[in-house]
Amino acid sequence: MTIQEIGRPRKRKEDAKLLTGRTQWTDNLARPGLLHVMFLRSPMAHARITRVDVSGARDLPGVVAAFSGQDLAAEQGSLPCAWPVTEDIVIPDHPPMAVSEVRYVGEAVACVIATDRYRAADALEAIDIEYEQLPAVLDMNEALAPDSPKVHESGNQAYSVKINSGDIEAAFRDAPVVVDRTYIQQRLIPSAMEPRAVLADTDGESFTLWSSTQIPHVLRVMLAVVTGIPEHRLRVIAPDVGGGFGSKLQVTAEEVLCLLLTRRLGRPVKWTESRSEGNLTVHHGRDQIQHVRLAADADGRIRGLRVSLLADMGAYLMLLTPGVPTLGGPMFNAIYKMDAYEFACTGVFTTKMPTDAYRGAGRPEATFGIERTIDELAAELGMDPVELRKRNWIRHEEFPYTTVSGLTYDSGNYEAATERAMSLFGYDKLRAEQVDRRDRGDPVQLGIGVSTYTEMCGLAPSRWLGEANFGAGGWEHASVRMLPTGKVEVITGSSPHGQGHVTSWSQIAADALGVPFDDITVLHGDTAVAHKGMDTYGSRSLVIGGMAVLKACDKVKEKARKLAAHALECSPDDLEFEAGAFKVRGTDSQKTIQELAFAAFTAHDLPEGMEPRLDSDVTFDPENYSFPHGTHLCAMEVDTETGMVKIRSYVAVDDIGKVINPLIVEGQLHGGIAQGIAQALYEEAVYDADGNLLTTTMADYLLPSAADLPSFVLDRTESPATSNPLGVKGVGEAGTIASTPAVVNAIVDALRPLGVRDVQMPCSPERVWRALQAARQGTREGAGR
Amino acid sequence: MIPAPFDYVRPDSLAEACQALAADEEAKVLAGGQSLMPLLRLRLAYPSRLVDIGRLPELKGVHDRGDHVFIGAMATHDEVMRSHVVNADCPLIALATATVADPAIRHRGTFGGSLAHADPAGDLPAVVLALEGVFVTRSEQGEREIPAAEFFVDYLESALRTAEVLVGVKIPKLGPGWGFHYEKFRRTAQAWAIVGVAAAVRRANGSIAEARIGLSNMGPTPVRAHAAEAGLRDAELGDQVRQACEQAAADTSPSSDLHAQADYRRHLARVLTHRAVRAAAGSP
Ligand SMILES: Cc1cc2nc3c(=O)[nH]c(=O)nc-3n(C[C@H](O)[C@H](O)[C@H](O)COP(=O)(O)OP(=O)(O)OC[C@H]3O[C@@H](n4cnc5c(N)ncnc54)[C@H](O)[C@@H]3O)c2cc1C
Repeated sequence: MTIQEIGRPRKRKEDAKLLTGRTQWTDNLARPGLLHVMFLRSPMAHARITRVDVSGARDLPGVVAAFSGQDLAAEQGSLPCAWPVTEDIVIPDHPPMAVSEVRYVGEAVACVIATDRYRAADALEAIDIEYEQLPAVLDMNEALAPDSPKVHESGNQAYSVKINSGDIEAAFRDAPVVVDRTYIQQRLIPSAMEPRAVLADTDGESFTLWSSTQIPHVLRVMLAVVTGIPEHRLRVIAPDVGGGFGSKLQVTAEEVLCLLLTRRLGRPVKWTESRSEGNLTVHHGRDQIQHVRLAADADGRIRGLRVSLLADMGAYLMLLTPGVPTLGGPMFNAIYKMDAYEFACTGVFTTKMPTDAYRGAGRPEATFGIERTIDELAAELGMDPVELRKRNWIRHEEFPYTTVSGLTYDSGNYEAATERAMSLFGYDKLRAEQVDRRDRGDPVQLGIGVSTYTEMCGLAPSRWLGEANFGAGGWEHASVRMLPTGKVEVITGSSPHGQGHVTSWSQIAADALGVPFDDITVLHGDTAVAHKGMDTYGSRSLVIGGMAVLKACDKVKEKARKLAAHALECSPDDLEFEAGAFKVRGTDSQKTIQELAFAAFTAHDLPEGMEPRLDSDVTFDPENYSFPHGTHLCAMEVDTETGMVKIRSYVAVDDIGKVINPLIVEGQLHGGIAQGIAQALYEEAVYDADGNLLTTTMADYLLPSAADLPSFVLDRTESPATSNPLGVKGVGEAGTIASTPAVVNAIVDALRPLGVRDVQMPCSPERVWRALQAARQGTREGAGR
Repeated sequence: MIPAPFDYVRPDSLAEACQALAADEEAKVLAGGQSLMPLLRLRLAYPSRLVDIGRLPELKGVHDRGDHVFIGAMATHDEVMRSHVVNADCPLIALATATVADPAIRHRGTFGGSLAHADPAGDLPAVVLALEGVFVTRSEQGEREIPAAEFFVDYLESALRTAEVLVGVKIPKLGPGWGFHYEKFRRTAQAWAIVGVAAAVRRANGSIAEARIGLSNMGPTPVRAHAAEAGLRDAELGDQVRQACEQAAADTSPSSDLHAQADYRRHLARVLTHRAVRAAAGSP
C-alpha cells in the first residue's frame, strides 16, 4: 500500500539546503585564477560618447585588462530579441556595451577586469570618458509626437498591432453606458532575492557559463548565436537561483560580455551586480498607458470592449520586450461574454532601461484594465460589482467556451469560486459596516475590492507560438532513468529558480512509478545534464514540464511491463501495475519496478531486441493553454485624514485545477499576492526629468515585507484542466495577476462617495490624500455653481 | 559593499581616539556603521581612515545620574529601547527608538550615531530636541557641552567639530505628570519617517499645562513646533488643542522628495501633531 503523493503537502526537498546556507549561488562559485569584472555605466540618459580612455585603469594594481565598447565592437554582436510581433517591427542594434551612443542611464560603456572586485571598482574611477548630451525621451505620448527627439534613427515607434473581433462600432453605437478610463501601469523593478551573477570560464576550446538565470537552455542557443561560440562548445549552468520573476528570463549584456572577456583573456571572469546596479540594469516590468472603454446595456450586459495601449519598450528590444504587452491582447475580455472586442498596442522607445517579462507579463496589466473598469461600470450603474460580474461571466455549464478574442477556455467555475470567497470574506457584513462608516462620516472609511481574474498559463502550443512570431517552441523535455538499485533520476528541462520543481516532480514520479518520494532525485539547470529544455516562465513548468515528467514515467513503465512479462512468462496484458510492482492478475507472482531496473542493468535475460536500459526521453507539447481563475476580495481601511491605507482582510479563492503540492501552491499564492499588492501600493521606478533613475536603492524603491501585509485567507475550488492528463493549470502568476486590481478597487470603493474615481498606482498615502483633496475641491466648486 | 580604500583603527581609549582623529583631517568616526557604511558602499564618502569607537568604555551604557539620564553614544538602539532607566525616566526615547528600522539594525546602530549623523529624517534627533538634551563631546581640545537647540546645524551637519567625539547625551528628567508619544508616519514598516512627531505633554486639571513638540523630517534639521507649543499652553482638550495643533507646521521648511511633497508633509505635521498630543495627554 503506497500513499498517494500527488496532493500531499510535502515539505520541499530544496529547503533544508536553502535554510542552512548550503546553496550554490553563482556568486559563491570560485575557479582557479578567477578574475572579477565591473562595468562603468552611463550617467546620461542619452548621449554620444565622444571619447573613452581606459588606459588610466589598466595601469592600476591588480588590474588585468580594461575595455571600452569600441574595443569589443568587432566581436560583441547584438543582444537578441526573439519576439518580433509584427512584420514591420523595428529592432534596433543592441550592443552589449555601448560603442558610440548611450540610450539609458546604467548602460555599460566600459569595464575593468581585476584580481578582486575592490580593485576593479577603484579602477573604474580612473576611466576617462566624455559625452555629448542628447535629448532624453521619457514620456510615451511626447515620444510619438512628430517633432520628438529620437531614441533611434528609425524613430520612436517600435511596432503597432491591432486585433479585432465582432462589430466593435455597433457595440459602441447607441450603447446606453460607456465607461472610458485611462490607467497607468507604472514601471516596476523586479527584485529577486539573489542579484544577478555570471561566471564564465574556458579551457581554451570549450566554454562554461554559470548564470543566475531562469533559462539556461534558451540562453545557450542565444549565446552561441550572438558570440559565435559553437553551441556544442558551450555549456550553460544555472546553479541554485534565488528568484527571478521574469527578470532572469533574459539574455543579458553581462552574460555576453563575461563570455567574450573569458574568450579574450583565457581566464575565468565573474560579475555580480550590486543592488543599485541591479535596479538600474535588470530589465524593468510593466510601464503602460492603458485606455479602456467598455460599452454596456442599461442592465449591465457588456456589449463591447476597446483597449488601446502605449507600452514603454525602453531603449532597446530585449528577449521578449515587444511581446509582453501583446500577451495581454487576448486577455482583456477576461471571463466575460461580449459581442465585440478591439485591442491595439503601440510599442514606444524611450531613453530608459528596456522593459521585459515581469511576473504575469501582460496578463496582470490586462486583468487590471478590465477588473478596474468592471468596478467602474458597476458604480456607474449603481450595481453591486459582484452582481455585475455574474451577469456577464461565462457560466460553468458553458465550458468549453471560445471567447471573443478567440481563446478556448477548457474549464472553470466562476460561480463556485466567487461564492466561496464571499462567504469566507463575510461580504454582506463588510458591506453593512461600510454603510455604517459612511453614515457616521468616520474618518476611516472602508472599501471592498473585487477581482475575478482568469489568466492563460502554460506557454504554450508550439504551433500557436509560431503564429505569434515567438522565436521558439513551447514544448518541454523530461527524462526518467531507473538506476540499477531502483532509485530514480528525473531530468527536467524546466529549470527552476525557487519554485520547488524538485519536490513536485518527485511527487509526480513517485505516483507514476510507485517508488518512494525519497528515492527520486531531480536534475536540472545544466545543459550538459538536462540536455534539452525550454525552462521556467509563464506558469508553464508544471503544466508542460510536469506533464513531460509524467509521460516520461509512463514510457518507462511501458518498457518495464514488457520486461516483467518476459520475466514472469506471461503476456503484458496479464499484468496489473500496483504500488510499484507488476502482478500477474489473480496470482502472487510479481516483479517490482526496482527488480526490473536491476534486470535491465545486468541485461542477462532481456526479451529479444530489448535494449539494456530502463529509461526514457520525452518531450511534451501542449494542445492548449490552461486557464486558472479565481476570486480575490480585499477589504481596505482608508484614513481620509492622512491618505494611509491598510488592508483589513484579503481572501483569495483560486481554481488552479488539480494540485500536486498544496504547500507549494500556497507559497506561490502568498508571494504572488504580496507582489501584486506591492504594485498597487508601494513599487514604482521613478526617473527624473533628465532620465536619471531615482529609485536605485531599497530606501527609495519600496518593497513591502511581511510586517506590511495581512494574513491572507486562501482557499481553492477545483475544475481540473481538460487539456492535460494531470488536470493542472499553473499557479506561478495567479496571485500577482489577481491582487493588484482587488486592492485598487478597494481603495476607490472606499472613497467613491467622497468623489474619488481613481487613484494612480502605487496608491501612496500622498496620492490618496491628493485624490481626496481634488475631489473635495471639485465638490465645493460644484456646490458653489 | 565595495567602498574605496581606507585605513581602519580601533583605539582602546577616548584619548587615543581623539588623537587618531586629530592626526588625520579626512578621518571619520565609525560607530554602528548603519549610516556610514551605506555612504561608503555607494562611494558617497571617501574617508581616509575610520576610527572605530566601539571599544571605548566612556561611551557605553545608560546611566541614572540623579536629575538626568546619561545615554552613552555607543549604546545601541536595542539597548536603549530595553533600558529600565530610559523606560522609567525618559520613555519617549524608548518609544521612538522602537520605531527605528528593524531588529538587526537596532542591534548595530547607536544612539550617538543617529544624533551625530544629524539626519532630520532620523527619529531620535527630534526626540532629543523636544526633551532638551545636552550633548557631551570630547576632543584633544577638551570636553564641551552643547544644548540640543544648538546641536543640529543643517542637513547632515551637527555642531560637532572635526576630530570631536560625541561621548553621550544628558537627558533631563521631567517630573511627574508628563505623558509622551511618538507618532511616526511611514509607508512600510521598516521605512524612515515621512514625518515624525515627538510629543511630551504635561497635563493639569483636565487641560494641557505645557507641551514640547519635536518634528522629524520637516526641514533640514529637526525642529520644535514652537507655535503649536505656545498654543497648547493651558489649552483645554478638544477644540483648543485641535486649533493649537493646526500651527504645527508653522515656520517649517520640509523638502519635496520621492517620498512626499512639502505641502503634504505640512498637512501631515498638523494631523500627526494632533494625534501625538492627544495620545501623550492620554486622551483618545
Ligand atoms: C535600512 C536602515 C533603516 C534605517 N531606518 C531608520 C529609521 O527608521 N529611523 C532612524 O532614526 N534611523 C534609521 N536608520 C539609521 C540608524 O538609526 C543608524 O544606526 C544611525 O543613523 C547611525 O548610527 P550608527 O551607530 O550606525 O552610526 P554610523 O553609521 O557609524 O555613523 C554615522 C555618522 O555619525 C558619525 N558618528 C557616529 N558616532 C559618532 C560619535 N560618537 N561621535 C562623533 N561622530 C559620530 C559617523 O562618523 C558618521 O558620520 C536606518 C538605517 C538603515 C541601514
